[in-house]
Amino acid sequence: MKVLVIAEYERQRLKPSFFSALTAAKQLSPGNEIDLFVAGFECNDLLQVIKKINVKKIILVDDKKCEHQLAEVVADLISKVAIHYDFVIMSATTFGKNILPRAAALCDCTLIADVVQIIDPATFVRPIYAGNVLETIQTSEKIKFLTIRASAFEPTLIESDIEAEVECIKEDLISSRQDIVFISSELTEQTRPSLESARIVVSGGRALKSKENFKLIEDLADKLHAAVGATRAAVDAGFISNDFQVGQTGKIVAPQLYIAIGISGAIQHLAGMKESKVIVVINQDPDAPIFKIADYGLVGDLFQIIPALINELEKCNKTLT
Amino acid sequence: MRVLVSIKPVLDPSMKPRLKPEGAGIDLNQAKRIINPFDEIALEEALRLKESGKATEVVIVSVGNLQAQETLRHGLALGADRALLIQTERYCSSLMIAKILKAMVLRELPALMFLGKQAIDTDNNQVGQMLAGLLNWPQGTFISRLELQTNEIMVTRELDEGLETLKLRLPAVVTVDLRLNTPRYASLPNIVKAKQKPLTVITLESLDLSLAEPNYKIVNTSLPISSRKKIKVNSVQELIEKLKKEAKVL
Repeated sequence: MKVLVIAEYERQRLKPSFFSALTAAKQLSPGNEIDLFVAGFECNDLLQVIKKINVKKIILVDDKKCEHQLAEVVADLISKVAIHYDFVIMSATTFGKNILPRAAALCDCTLIADVVQIIDPATFVRPIYAGNVLETIQTSEKIKFLTIRASAFEPTLIESDIEAEVECIKEDLISSRQDIVFISSELTEQTRPSLESARIVVSGGRALKSKENFKLIEDLADKLHAAVGATRAAVDAGFISNDFQVGQTGKIVAPQLYIAIGISGAIQHLAGMKESKVIVVINQDPDAPIFKIADYGLVGDLFQIIPALINELEKCNKTLT
Repeated sequence: MRVLVSIKPVLDPSMKPRLKPEGAGIDLNQAKRIINPFDEIALEEALRLKESGKATEVVIVSVGNLQAQETLRHGLALGADRALLIQTERYCSSLMIAKILKAMVLRELPALMFLGKQAIDTDNNQVGQMLAGLLNWPQGTFISRLELQTNEIMVTRELDEGLETLKLRLPAVVTVDLRLNTPRYASLPNIVKAKQKPLTVITLESLDLSLAEPNYKIVNTSLPISSRKKIKVNSVQELIEKLKKEAKVL
């Protein structure tokens, strides 16, 4: 089984979701017939890191035309390389979802999206209906394009002493697009662990009432070295930016501990967090639907509970040190 | 300038999907269907382009059985000018849908093709990207802002890391995200008027596409198993104690 994994990185650093895709690749190819595909511009620093990963070959496209990894350019390249593989894999991040379906269509292949379990190399499980139903798909597609849900595959890094061989794609294979121009990006500054990789996530909902109050969630997260999450309602109300949204259409997380505060539990939100190992719910309404999926529930006023939690955690930290 | 919007009828998200016996799929008989919420946002954006004088015609298109007419009629009540139903009883993969939509694009020649970023039933998030690929058109996916200028659009995309702005030359495919707009409701007079608007049913066979059956099959559908402790704690101290000693996550 030959597998091609597409590298996902930001500011020249590989993302945890990429290592999850690598875990899925290893499950599909125990013989480790895995190649990596890297597209970008001036990615020498990145390449030094990638070379140490235990894979067969790195297919590199280092060109100005790939600087912003536009789907029109990158999907086209992937489709040209894909014909040599049994599987092409990415994480179901916004990056993967933007690029891989386009590449699959160019190869006249279907794509199985958001895989959470690999039963065998032809059989995959994926959630539908916001995770309320699981669907098992058996495929005989010639090239199996998969996006995998990163939270369902523990990221692995297997380093090798032998550097992987690097194959550079010829410049004339890269298409020049006049019909699409990158204008700008506004990336959120990462000041705490990312939602995708954090052991603990603290999320807030509409009950926080304002952007100022939402800082309470951030303060608690900092005490726990946790990532911050939010419901769609909190994002729509402007308490926090869109990239913190957890849910069916936002990020899907499965941390060791998920603390949901002031969140009623719309199915769209539950879809993004219900695979968390331990779920804590803090809500004023004892009948809030989210209590149904809680391991530990605390009913009360969050404006009293959060400061008390912060206070208590500070005390615990002091006794430890 | 013509704008095409794809519409998928989906199970009302307030209803729980019912499984057929022996994992044979979802039972959609007698289930209430609505326009996929993302498609509704796509339609709303198209309607706003028309109302601001930038688009001249908004056409909605759906692929499925005759039941979809009801959903399309609702789209007409929201303000679309006409509707097309590509009628088929076949199960269609995302790739098949993309190929059918491509045929409709080549027939209707819109400057902009709008889709919802995903359908809330199958959660695939791929038809728009596939269609853009098959057409070799630029794509703006998961957009939360759109600005139409002469012959091009500026779109802001919602990414895992933040936002990205692209300029696409028309014709282009866009898939819309939640924060693009808030869709309107259909008014009673418009619901009445919609009955007179053209809704054309075209059989899939008549399109003369060679559409192979998908190279996969759904072999099982099941409900996820969840076992939660559901312990009520009475104080912050008790909660921390439990998380440390019982759950061992702190």
